[in-house]
Amino acid sequence: MNQNHLSFGRRQFLQTTALAAATAGLGLYDASPASAQAAPKRGGNFTFAISAETPHYDAHGSDTFATLHFGAPFYSTLLQFNLADYPKVKGDLAASWDVAADLMTYTFKLTPNVTFHDGTALTSADVKATYDRMRNPPTGVVSTRQATFIDIDAIETPDPLTVVFKMKNPNPAMLEHFASPWNWIYAAKDLAANPNGPRTAINGTGPFRFGEHVRGSHITGARNDKYFRQGRPYLDGFRGVFMTQPAAMMNALQGGQVLAEFRGISPAERDRLVQVMGDRVRIEESSWTLNLMVVFNTEKKPFDDVRVRRALHLAIDRRAGAQGLARTATLRDAGGLIRPGSPFAMKDEDLLKVPGFGRDIAAARNEARRLLREAGVPNLTFVLHNRNLAQPYTPAGIFLVDQWRQIGVNVEHRQSETSPYLAGMSSGNFDVAVDFSNLFMDEPSLALAKYLSFNKAPENRSRAIDAEMDRLYAAQSRERDFQKRFDLIRQFEKRALDQAYQVPLLWWHRIVPTHRTVMGWQMSPSHNLGQDLADVWLNT
Amino acid sequence: MVTQETIDAERARLGLDRPLGVQFADWMVGLVTLDLGKSMWTDRPVTEEIGLRLELTMQVAIMATIFAVLIAIPLGTISALFKDTWVDYAVRLITIAGLAVPSFWLGMIIILALLYWFNWLPPITYTPIYVDPVANISQLIWPALAVGYRYSAVVARMVRSSIVEVMKEDYIRTARAKGVFEKLVVARHAMRNALLPAITVIGLEFAFLIGGLVVTEQVFNLNGLGKLFVQAVSRNDFTLIQAIVMLIAVVFIVTNLIVDLLYALFDPRIRLGGK
Amino acid sequence: MAGAVSQPNVTYAAPKRRSALAMFCLAQPLGAVSGVAILIMLFGGVFADFVAPYDPLTIDFGAMLAPPSWEHWMGTDAFGRDIFSRVIYGARTALTIGFFASLFGCVSGAMIGVASAYFGGRVDMVVQRFIDVMLSFPIIVLALVVVAMLGRNLLGGIDINLVFAIAIPIVPKVARVVRSAALSIREMPYIDAARAAGFGHMRIILRHMVPNVAAPFLIMFTAFIAQAILLEASLSFLGLGVTEPTPAWGLMLSGNASDFYREAPWMILFPGLAISVAVFAFNLFGDSLRDWLDPKFKV
Repeated sequence: MNQNHLSFGRRQFLQTTALAAATAGLGLYDASPASAQAAPKRGGNFTFAISAETPHYDAHGSDTFATLHFGAPFYSTLLQFNLADYPKVKGDLAASWDVAADLMTYTFKLTPNVTFHDGTALTSADVKATYDRMRNPPTGVVSTRQATFIDIDAIETPDPLTVVFKMKNPNPAMLEHFASPWNWIYAAKDLAANPNGPRTAINGTGPFRFGEHVRGSHITGARNDKYFRQGRPYLDGFRGVFMTQPAAMMNALQGGQVLAEFRGISPAERDRLVQVMGDRVRIEESSWTLNLMVVFNTEKKPFDDVRVRRALHLAIDRRAGAQGLARTATLRDAGGLIRPGSPFAMKDEDLLKVPGFGRDIAAARNEARRLLREAGVPNLTFVLHNRNLAQPYTPAGIFLVDQWRQIGVNVEHRQSETSPYLAGMSSGNFDVAVDFSNLFMDEPSLALAKYLSFNKAPENRSRAIDAEMDRLYAAQSRERDFQKRFDLIRQFEKRALDQAYQVPLLWWHRIVPTHRTVMGWQMSPSHNLGQDLADVWLNT
Repeated sequence: MVTQETIDAERARLGLDRPLGVQFADWMVGLVTLDLGKSMWTDRPVTEEIGLRLELTMQVAIMATIFAVLIAIPLGTISALFKDTWVDYAVRLITIAGLAVPSFWLGMIIILALLYWFNWLPPITYTPIYVDPVANISQLIWPALAVGYRYSAVVARMVRSSIVEVMKEDYIRTARAKGVFEKLVVARHAMRNALLPAITVIGLEFAFLIGGLVVTEQVFNLNGLGKLFVQAVSRNDFTLIQAIVMLIAVVFIVTNLIVDLLYALFDPRIRLGGK
Repeated sequence: MAGAVSQPNVTYAAPKRRSALAMFCLAQPLGAVSGVAILIMLFGGVFADFVAPYDPLTIDFGAMLAPPSWEHWMGTDAFGRDIFSRVIYGARTALTIGFFASLFGCVSGAMIGVASAYFGGRVDMVVQRFIDVMLSFPIIVLALVVVAMLGRNLLGGIDINLVFAIAIPIVPKVARVVRSAALSIREMPYIDAARAAGFGHMRIILRHMVPNVAAPFLIMFTAFIAQAILLEASLSFLGLGVTEPTPAWGLMLSGNASDFYREAPWMILFPGLAISVAVFAFNLFGDSLRDWLDPKFKV
C-alpha cells in the first residue's frame, strides 16, 4: 500500500504509539489489556453500558458515539483503523487497495462472498451507493460527512468487486477518512427503496445481526453466522444497555450487571471501581483525541476585542487545572492545538513558555487584569454557555467560573441539553462557550480545520475571519517535509493563541473499565473506533 | 451548519409553522382517534414511546401503594389509639420525617447501602412480572420502597387524624358505654368509617405517583414514564410532553372514578343513597 | 365604616404581640423548635457572607475530598470546596427560591380564590374547572412543563422562571382552599353592607375579604415554602433547576456525587440532611401554626 504522504511521520507515529502503549500498559492498575492474546473462547452474551441513546440508526447523519456504540457491530466499513498499530489502517470490507502516487485515484478490491443480513450479496454498487449518499445526499437525507468527502470527484465500479474513487484534489488524509468509523456500507437496494431507510432499519454486513431495540432500555445483537471473517465473532450475542445516569452506570459496573463502558469514565469513578472490585476490573487508559476549548463569540462586544479574549485566556491556570481536575474529571493534559504526545504537538517545554500555559499564574493574572482595564471592562460580566454533561463539561465550567472570578470577572454558568447547546453554538447565540473538538485521529489538517475562518469552517464557533490563519493552514497541508510542516503548524498555533478567538482548555483523558472476563477488545485514543465487537470474547 | 432554510424546512416537517389554533385542532382530532403524533426527537409514534414505559411506572406505583397501605394503616391506627403518648409522638415524628426526606435521596442511600453492605444491586433491565417475577420484583421493590416511605407517611397521617375524629363520635361513645370491648369498637366501628378519607388520599397519591416518580426513576435508572418525561422536557419534544401530560390526566380521572366506586362499596350511605 | 371594622384588629394585635409569641411557644413546643430551626437557617442564609468559613465557589485542589475536620466541618467536595459553606449558601438559594415561589404562588392563588368566590356564578365555574385540571397533575410535572415552556431567565442571580415553575403548581391548591374560606365570608352581612354602600369590587375584595382569609393564607404560605424547597431540590437534581457552581442542596447531590460514597460519603450525606431538615422544619411549623390559629382548618 502506498502511503508516501505519511512516511515522514511514521517513525514518530510509531514512537508515540509505543510510548502510549507503554503508559497504557503501566496503566496504573493493570498490565494485561483486554486485547492480550490467549486462546479465545466462543459463546456467551456480553452486556455493556452505553451512556447515551441514539435518536436514529443512521451513522451517516450522526456525530455521536451513541450511534456507533450500538450500531458498529451490525455494519462494516471499507477500511478500519488498526488499533494494535494506531493510526495505521487495515482492510475491513476491502481485501486490498491501491493509492496512486499523485493521490488522485484510490482503487479498492472487495472481499468476495460477503452478504448483508437479509441475504443480498455485497457488490461494488453498494459501496458506490453508500458513498454517493454521504457526499451528495438526496433531499431529505442528512449527511454530516459531506465536507469530509468533498474532494471525491467520481466513483466508478468496473466490476462487482472493484471500486475506484477519482479525486478532484489530493487529500493527504483520505485513507484515514475511508477508515472513519461512520461510513457504514448500506445496501444499494435498500437506499433505492427508501433513501432514509437506514434511519429506522438495520441491514448491514457486520459480525452481528440486529436483535431488538427497547427504547430507553437496551439494544441486542446476535451472532451473524455468515460473517465474512472466518471464526468471528466469538460472542453469541451482545446487549448494550442505555445508562444515561453516570451514578447508575457506576453501580451497574460495580454490581456486574454490565461488564464494560467504552466511552470513558472519570478518574474518581475509576478509583471507586478499583477500590471496590480490586482485580475483577481492568482499567485501560489513554490520552484522548478530544479537546475542550473556550470559544469567544467575536461578533459580540466586548469579545471582538483581542485584549479581552487574551485576558480571559491568560487567567486560566491550566497547570493547576490539569493536576486538580485529573483526579476527578476526564480531563488530563494541558496542550496546544494538537493532541499532546502526538507527532505534530508542541513540545511541553515550549508550551511552558506560551502565555496561558506557564507556571507563573500570578503574573499571567496581573497581565489579564491590566488588559481588561485597558479594554475598559475591568468588571466584565457574561454568560458561559456549556453542555449539561457530567463529564467533563460540568467540571470544566465550574473550573472556568472560578478562574475568571479571580481576575474580577463575574460569570453566569448556563448549561443546556446537547441539542439546544449545539443550536446555540451554531446560531452564534452566546457570549463565551465551552466547545469541543471531537476527532478520531491526530492528522493536523483535521485537527486544525476548526480554527479556519468562519466562512471556510462553519464549525469555528468564534465566527472570526482571519486570512493569515487560512494561509498558514493551506501551507501546512501542502507541506510534505515533516520539520517544515511542524514549523508551519507552530506558526499557525502561535497566531491562534495570540488572537485567542478560541483556545484549548484541556485535553481529555480516556479511562475504560472492563471486567476481567472481557477479552479481545482494543483500547484506542478515540471512543469512536473499534466497536464492532468482532474480536471480543468472554473468558468465563 | 444550520441555515435558515433548514430550520424552516424542519419547522414545516414538525408542523410548527401552522397557526396555533390549527395545531391545537389537529391535536384534538388526533386525540379522539388515539393518534398522538410522532416524537419530535425520535420520530416514532408517541404511543409506542409511552406504552413501553407505562407498564413499569404503573407497577412501581402499585407496589408503592401496597407498601404504603401495609405500613400506614397499622401505624396511623396505633398513633390515634395512643394519642398524646410517646407512641403517638414517635409515629408522628416518623411520618413527618417521611414528608421531609426527598425520595430521590432516600433512593440513593438505599442503592449505596445495598452496594456497601451486600455488594449487590438490583437488575438493571426491566423484565415484566409475567416473564420473570423474581427479577421483576427484585428490581422494582427498591424504588417502590423509596417513594413508598413518603406515601405511607401521608396516608398514616390521614388515618390517624380521621380515627381521632371518629373516636369522638357519639356512636363510639355509645358502643363503649354499652361495654363493648375496646378492640371491637375500633375494629367494627371506627376503622370502617375512618378508612374512607384514607382511600381518597391513597387514590390521589397513586395518581400523582404516575408522574411523580420522575426523580426517583432517574436515581434507579428505571426506563419509566418519568424518565421519558424528563428527557422530553430537556429536548423540547413537545408532542411527547403533551401526550404524557394527557396520560397523567387520564390516570388521575380513572383513579378518581375507582375511588368513588370504592367509596360506594365501603359506605352504605352512598351505596343505598342511590336507590 | 370599613375603617371602624379593621381598625380595632390592628391596635389589638400590636400590644399583644409578645405574649402571643409566648403563648405559641407554650402551646406548640414542636412548632417553637421548628421555628428556631427556621430562624437559624434564615440567619445563615442572610448572613452567609459572614457565617460561612469559606467562599462557596473557590476551588482548592489542595483540599479535595477532605473528610470532616475542624477546618472543614462537613468535609470538602471533588473540587476542594467547603461543603459546610456550600450548605450555608445553599440555604440562601433554597430559602430565596422557596420564599418567593411560595409567596408568588400563594398571593396569586389567594387572589384567584377570593375573586372566584366573590364573583361566583359563571366566573367561579370557569375558574374552578381550570383549577380542577391543574390539580390533577403532580406538582413536579407542572413545574417541568413550565420549565420546558419558559427556559431560563436570570435576574439578580435568581432564575425568575424557576421561581415561576415552582410557584405555578402552588397556585391552584391555594386558590381552592382560599375560595372555600372566602365563600363563607361572602355571605356575611358586612359584605352586603359594603356592596350596598357602593364600594367597588376591588375595594371589597382587598379591604374586606382578603384580611379575613389571612389565617389560612399564612398557614399555607409556610407549608408551601417546604414544598417549594423540595421541588427546587428535585429540579436541581434533575439538572433543570439552578446550575453549577451555584451552591444548592439538590445540585450537590446530583452528577457524580455518589461516586464518592466510599471515599467521601459526606458529599451526599449533608446536603440531603439539609433538605430534610429544612422541609421538616417548615412542615412542622406550618402544622403547629394551623393547630394554633385555626384548628378546623385543613390544607
